[in-house]
Amino acid sequence: MLYREAGDFKTSYQADSQTFPIAFDRYRYWVVLAFAFLVVPFLINDYWANALLVPFLIYAIAAIGLNILTGYCGQVSLGTGGFMAVGAYACYKLMTSFPDVSIVIHIVLAGGITAAVGAAFGLPSLRIKGFYLAVATLAAQFFLVWLFNKVSWFYNYSASGQINAPERTVLGVAVTGPATEPWAQYMICLVFVTVCAIVARNLTRGALGRQWMSIRDMDIAAEIIGVNPLKAKLTAFAVSSFFIGISGALFFAVYLGAVEVGEAFGIQKSFLVLFMIIIGGLGSIFGAFAGAAFLVVLPVVLKVIGVDLLGWPTDLVAHLQLVIVGALIMFFLIKEPHGLAQLWRLAKEKLRLWPFPY
Amino acid sequence: MSADFLYGIEVVINGLMAGVLYALVALGFVLIFKASGIFNYAQGVMALFAALTLVGIMEGQVPFSHLINAVFGTEIHHFGWHVPALLAIAMTLLVMVAFAWMVQHFVFRHLVGQEPIILFMATIGLAYFLEGVGDLMWGSDIKTLALGLPQGGSLWVEEATQGLGGDDFYGFFLDKLDMVATVVAIVLVGALIAFAQYTKQGRAMRAVADDHQAALSVGISLNYIWVLVWSLAGLVALVAGVMWGAKSGVQFSLSLIALKALPVLMLGGFTSIPGAIVGGLIIGVGEKLFEYLIGPMVGGATENWFAYVLALIFLVFRPQGLFGEKIIERV
Repeated sequence: MLYREAGDFKTSYQADSQTFPIAFDRYRYWVVLAFAFLVVPFLINDYWANALLVPFLIYAIAAIGLNILTGYCGQVSLGTGGFMAVGAYACYKLMTSFPDVSIVIHIVLAGGITAAVGAAFGLPSLRIKGFYLAVATLAAQFFLVWLFNKVSWFYNYSASGQINAPERTVLGVAVTGPATEPWAQYMICLVFVTVCAIVARNLTRGALGRQWMSIRDMDIAAEIIGVNPLKAKLTAFAVSSFFIGISGALFFAVYLGAVEVGEAFGIQKSFLVLFMIIIGGLGSIFGAFAGAAFLVVLPVVLKVIGVDLLGWPTDLVAHLQLVIVGALIMFFLIKEPHGLAQLWRLAKEKLRLWPFPY
Repeated sequence: MSADFLYGIEVVINGLMAGVLYALVALGFVLIFKASGIFNYAQGVMALFAALTLVGIMEGQVPFSHLINAVFGTEIHHFGWHVPALLAIAMTLLVMVAFAWMVQHFVFRHLVGQEPIILFMATIGLAYFLEGVGDLMWGSDIKTLALGLPQGGSLWVEEATQGLGGDDFYGFFLDKLDMVATVVAIVLVGALIAFAQYTKQGRAMRAVADDHQAALSVGISLNYIWVLVWSLAGLVALVAGVMWGAKSGVQFSLSLIALKALPVLMLGGFTSIPGAIVGGLIIGVGEKLFEYLIGPMVGGATENWFAYVLALIFLVFRPQGLFGEKIIERV
């Protein structure tokens, strides 16, 4: 009933090319934003922030980043963990070197540094394609983690080899360090997620996004119609790494507070983010959110059911979780290779025509 | 000869022996990739699973005992018997064949015709699944694999080479287990090549690798061949799992040998059996030499990434690998 274009007349070019062409979607968007910004911060407690919401928001940024590279530009990357580590360590070095500058600027700069590193590791993609590239990005993963482990300059020569986030404030409220309130953690992540999602959505709608998609669909044909593969692939690597770097910086500074690189940014993290975009849907910003939410919520739900309700030992539940995640990946790839986002798209199509079948 | 030079030779020999093991794992990848176009990331986890199953059967463990105990509140762990090694290996092989059938029947049959990258991601899912199942079935504690394989350094080699480089040279240190593994790997590689060249199934396998449709049209069952290659990959995984498991215990890190095999594949080309062997040897020697010569200067542990960077640099100049088929692109 409500979900119609009918009667919603677009009278300007701007109105015609807006992100959400259906009025209901526009209202929903504002309602969701208002709920996230105005209601959730007052309800949030430590458990919700640490177990669900903050990791969800941070992984959503990483998933948006990887989705730009893999979903939109078709370059499979297994180096996400390594790039998140670059963001985290860049943020740490900036925080400790320039303590007077706002952390927001540090996080954005950390994203910029990661973008440069990502573009450098993206250079081989001009020669190497497909699986060879996926394996080549593993070089970035292992090399970067090794680098941050071995070169003590990166962790300021601390004896433990860990990096610890010093306390920093935004507008007088502590957002990093041990004294941070859960709502402050949540708010800073939410602001970054919102900005990143809007930027990513508009990038993918514009000329750059179309270039990426043409490279993904068939790179030789794209080259023939005038897309510069060098520019398209390197910008995809850079933009993707920018988002991943921001998520790595937030993951370290806001969420964990202290990081040991091999543990926090290992190869498992790369796979986790890759799974998020597969389950959520390749080539969709909504899919990045859906996948991140799914894979953040699933372990918590399993833990609540297995450990708290049934009283099973934790290691057993952890193994079951592996089985379920693995089975779900295969199930999704068989039944719906386009992920949760495709289900959402189908549901919207049905809603548009409801109550008629076609 | 100076002692330093001899130590260099020792490093090269050790690298060659490690390289043979890498080649063994890489071979499992190549078999599946050639026949079905699936890049099987789960190969390493298959090795772990095979080794876990072998230990579990030998020790007479009850499968899923942990889960059963948690659900029904029972206290069962062992059947109370020990299975002799050869019988246990045969039973493990049966399990791997059953696994191959299930993988083909429940997963990859439904994914025929999908893009290669989708298939690759499905094998990552399979790797997670199999890792979880292995842990659930046999428990996740570190197990020792007691097959009676020789262990420790070989005194014979050490004594024979002692004094070659003056008084301060103590002779080559070669691990007996590595030597056994090298011999086994060479035999296995020889057997696989013979199988592919001279048997009916081997010929059918190569036909499928060449062209699926042409193979179908002369009456080769793709389903059968795919189960066959997955079983062969299971066999290779079992051998790799036994060798690495005997060396460092059966534990999760065993599955990481898959990651070691990836640069080998990149170097040798995904579609070439000789490539997997040569690539394995190059990577094995390369990373050991690099660690020996350059490692101390940059803080060590370069083995984690050197193979990847080497393969990456190499690929920039030859994108299809050393022996891979030339990539021809059409619009």
